[in-house]
Order: sequence, then C-alpha cells, then structure tokens
Amino acid sequence: MSDPASDHEPVLSVRGLCVDYVTGTGPVRAVDHVSFDLARGEVLGIAGESGSGKSTVAQAILRILPPPAVITGGQALLEGEDLFRMSEAELRAVRWRRLAMVFQSAMDALNPVLTIREQIEDTLEAHRPAGTPRNPGRAAELLALVGIAADRLDSYPHQLSGGMRQRVGIAIALALEPAVVVLDEPTTALDVIVEGEILQKILELRRRFGFSVVFITHDLTRMMQICDRVAIFYSGRMVEIAPAAELRAHPRHPYTQGLLRAFPSVHGPEGELASIPGAPPSLKSPPPGCRFHPRCDQVIDRCRTEEPALVQLGARRAAACHLVTAAAAAVSASATPATADV
Amino acid sequence: MSGAASGRATGLMAWWEAIRRDRKATIGFVLLAGFVLLGLVGPWLVGDPDAMVGVPLQPPSWAHWLGTTGQGQDVLAQTVVGTRVSLLIGFGVGLAVVAIGSLLGVTAGYFGGRVDGVLSMLINVFLVLPGLPLAIVIAAYLPAGPLTVAFVLVITGWAWNARVLRSQTLMLRQRDFIAASVVSGESHLRIITREMLPNMTSLLLAQVIGGTIYAIGAQVGLEFLGLGDVSAVTWGTNLYWATNDSALLTGAWWTFVPTGLCVALVGFGLVMLNSGFDEVTNPRLQQERAWRAFLLGAGVPVSRSTPVAIAHE
Repeated sequence: MSDPASDHEPVLSVRGLCVDYVTGTGPVRAVDHVSFDLARGEVLGIAGESGSGKSTVAQAILRILPPPAVITGGQALLEGEDLFRMSEAELRAVRWRRLAMVFQSAMDALNPVLTIREQIEDTLEAHRPAGTPRNPGRAAELLALVGIAADRLDSYPHQLSGGMRQRVGIAIALALEPAVVVLDEPTTALDVIVEGEILQKILELRRRFGFSVVFITHDLTRMMQICDRVAIFYSGRMVEIAPAAELRAHPRHPYTQGLLRAFPSVHGPEGELASIPGAPPSLKSPPPGCRFHPRCDQVIDRCRTEEPALVQLGARRAAACHLVTAAAAAVSASATPATADV
Repeated sequence: MSGAASGRATGLMAWWEAIRRDRKATIGFVLLAGFVLLGLVGPWLVGDPDAMVGVPLQPPSWAHWLGTTGQGQDVLAQTVVGTRVSLLIGFGVGLAVVAIGSLLGVTAGYFGGRVDGVLSMLINVFLVLPGLPLAIVIAAYLPAGPLTVAFVLVITGWAWNARVLRSQTLMLRQRDFIAASVVSGESHLRIITREMLPNMTSLLLAQVIGGTIYAIGAQVGLEFLGLGDVSAVTWGTNLYWATNDSALLTGAWWTFVPTGLCVALVGFGLVMLNSGFDEVTNPRLQQERAWRAFLLGAGVPVSRSTPVAIAHE
C-alpha cells in the first residue's frame, strides 16, 4: 500500500471528542476524549468491538447522531473549521459537499419508487450552486465510477443486486467530490467477493480523486488490507493508533495484541488463535484505571488505579497503556525505536 | 411492557408515573378524575334536577348557584346529574367502537384473502354512509333514550377504527418478528393478542380517547336536536331545553354555558391525558424526555443535528 499521507495539515482533525447518551438515570459516556488526525488522501481504519464507540465517533463528526446523544466535548476540525460550532445551515453546506458518508445499510437508503438516475440527480440538484448549469451526464459518470453500466440509470432499486445498490450509495456519496468520506461498515451486509470488489473500487477512486477515508469495521483482516493507519477502540476510548503494517507486525497495546491473535492470518504462518477472555465493560460503570485491565493478561498494579494517557510513539503512532509508556521512557534515552513486544 | 426493565416501574405504576411526570397528562387526569367523581357521587349531592325549585330563568344567585332553567329547575343540579349518563355513553361508545373496530380490522388484516375481502367491503360500506345524518335517521326511528343514542353512535363510528387498525395490522404482518412467531408455532390468537396488539397500544388508546370525544360530542349533538329522550337529564337534553326555552333570545347564558363548558373540559382533559399515554407506550419518547431535560440543563437548544453541549473542563 502506498503512503499518500503528506506533511500537510490534516484534512480532518478530531480533538478530545466526547459523546454522551442521556438515559433516565443520567448521561453515559459512549466516547471519551478521542483524538486523531486524518491526512489528505489517507485511509484511516477504526476498529473495535460492538459498543466500543466507533460508529458513534463517525456519526458525531457528521453531527447525525440521533437523540439521546449529545456531544459533550472536543472539536472536529474539517479543513480548519470546527464542525461542532456550526449552525444547522452551515452543517447543511458541509455535509455531502465536503464530508460524505456511506452507511452500513446504504442499499436500503435508496427510495424504492425513484429510479437511480432521479436519486443521483436529486443529490446533485440539492447542492448545485445557484447560477451553475445542470450537468445531465454527471449521473452516468458517477455510475461508471463504481462500475455500473449507464443503462442501469433508469432502473429502480429493486432491480439491482445488493452489491450494486451499495455501489450506487457510494456513487451518491462521491457525487460532490467530498474531501472526506466516512464508510460505516459499508460492506457488512455483502458477501466477501462483493465486499472485496467494492473496497478495491473505493481505494481506486481515492487514488483518482484524493479524498480521505474513515473506514469503520470490526473486520480486522480487511482493515489491515486497505487502511493506511488503523485506530483501535475499546470501551469508548482509542487505545492504539498506528500505520497498518506496523500495527500488524508490532502491536503495542495488549488489547490490540489480543485482537490480532484472535484473527487468523491469510498469508502469514499458521499460529494459535486465542480469544480475549471476558466481555467489554458496561459504559455505565466502567472499571477504574485502564478500562481493559480486568481482561488484560499483562496487568500491573498501576493499571487498576491510574488511567493511562495516549502516548505518542513516533510521528504517526500512539498507544494508551502503562506498559508502553514505561517502555517508551526506557528506550528514549538510547533513542532507538522500540521493536520488541512489551 | 411486560418485559420489566431493571429499575423501571411496570404495569399500573408505569402509567401513574408517566401521568405524574407529564404536566399535560396530570392536568388531563385531574380534570377527568374530577368529572368521573362528579358523575359517581354528584347526583347525591344536589337536589332532584327535575324539581321546579324556583322562579324560571333566574340568573345565578346564592340560592341557585348556576341560576334556574326556563322550567324553574336548578341548573347546577341538571348539569351535575347530566354528567353521569353523558360520561357513561361517552366512554362506553369510545370503548365499543375500538373493540368492534379492532376485532374486525385486525381480523381482516391478519387473515387477508377472502376474509379481508368480505370485511373490507363491510367496513367500506359503513365508511361511505354519512355518519351524523344516518345517526339522526336511526335515532328518529328507534325508541328515544340514552341507549339508543349509544347504539347509533357505535353503528356509525366503528368503521374508521377498523380501517386504521386493518392497515396497521397489514404493516405489522410483514415484520420479521411476526414471521418468527409463525415459525415458532404460535397460534393465531396468541400472535394477534401477544405480538400484534401490544404494538398498537398507543394507537388503540388514542382511538379510545378519540372515540370518547366523538361520542360525547355527537351524543350532545343528537340530543340537542331532540333525537334523545328529552325527559332524561343529560348534557345534551340540557342544551335542548335551553334552546327550547329561547335561552339565546332571553340572554339566559347560565342555562347553556355550564353544560357547554363541561363538554369542552372533558374533551380537553382526554386530549391532555393522551400525551401521557403516548409516552408509556412508546419507550423512545421517555428517552427523548431525559435528553431534552439534559439539554435544557446545559442551556443548549434542541436541534436536528446532534447538539453540542461542552461544559468547561
């Protein structure tokens, strides 16, 4: 995988994002102080178990989380502008034009009584600046991008397969050439072959148009294949973020290590598969200290009381674990990159 | 609602909680409870409504708090005594139209095919019959009395409910959880009563409340036109006698305002109560309430986009 990330300022910068779900017994923090940068053209993967907050982060950035969610902290800077300070009208202008999303059920997001052409043109029309001419050929162009022949333009959604409908969803997301596309488990409902095709298509389009991608999934193997960097979420926090190859070769956080051990490797040597014992904690009463400590096989006393901070390990890598912090402090004197597993 | 979520009140307590929490529902409940109490014990507190107790058409005074009618009867006694029959017919008709409507509507929607064909035809026939004129015609031919009025209102009122519940059933019929209960071998009766009807609770309650308001209004209307038993004491006959005695001509407002106000207040109370019922039967509304309260506390307006409430940290 090429490394398109340059030293330019990030296209999307999330700082200290907190999201609470308000319940009858008080707010529950679903996403806790999450920060990450997305470089122009980068594909950032967000992985985690169900309930780890990965979809919540994506929807919070677009401000489309339904009640009872409230954003309770942080910033989300899209090309320098804070999405959390925008009015409804400003958000409308940003959504889709600069920040688009493909949903898990994008194939169901198509209106069954309108043709594909009408739905693509609706999106174009809604965002067409006043005074600019309509471009009647654009819908066919967009379909061609996702590999659907132009003669399907006048089809109704039920006449297309699930994979085709999902690709139409992607075409609509790309219609306005956004700077960032958020893909929220876009292929979960599809079979592996179609999934592979669609992800390849997204990567190819990314190379052509240079948009950045936030890719959310619980399929770690797939994520390692297509992402430049991967962020691992656990219980509403980001525990590790690293370039995909480095993360696979040298996971630093015990949770990441556990996750990787739980997935079979397609290419590498056959290793023992191991699951992580226990279950994720309740967000209502998370354990003190590090949230992973009850399940961690390398737990030390400090983990039980003190919450580990996200420590920067080199320019594009960070992890939140006391062991990693201690190791980083130890090797910083000799100034050699830590390669051994902690 | 039988699935007792931890720490959440269930059954009757849940209803009471929801009514208490919602200010509109509280107002509605208090109003209705007052009228029901009045209907129950009121007739024993006031004198005989038919007795001629004073000079006709006297304005309110200490002797007769709401004045006297054209026949010299006590308006307060008439209004209070009229409450019982009017409310009985109102609630009775409200429940009956929904009972008949749900029986026929859900049956038609659930079984479909020929059953639906026959029942839909029946429903449609009753729908195209003009309600109030038919009510007037039937009422004119049957022996006058409150029961006749109730019967007429049920005959002309049930089809609307059946229609709505039939389409609701058709929609639920397509849902996966109904398919799942069919596969798991549940009987038709159980699927209808345990799987479908609980999903329509808020609709059924809204229909009972709507039906009751309709019944009280239409009953007063029919009796006002003289189609009820004019010797019975109900809110409708009170108004009938008020016009009969030329209340408007003589400016005797006290003969019709109390009754009119009662009809309006009962309707108002029912509508208010409905908003509280909505919340018990729709758990999502309860969550939204907590969300709104949180935003209010944070001083952030409710918005369509996810609201941002950042406290100074």
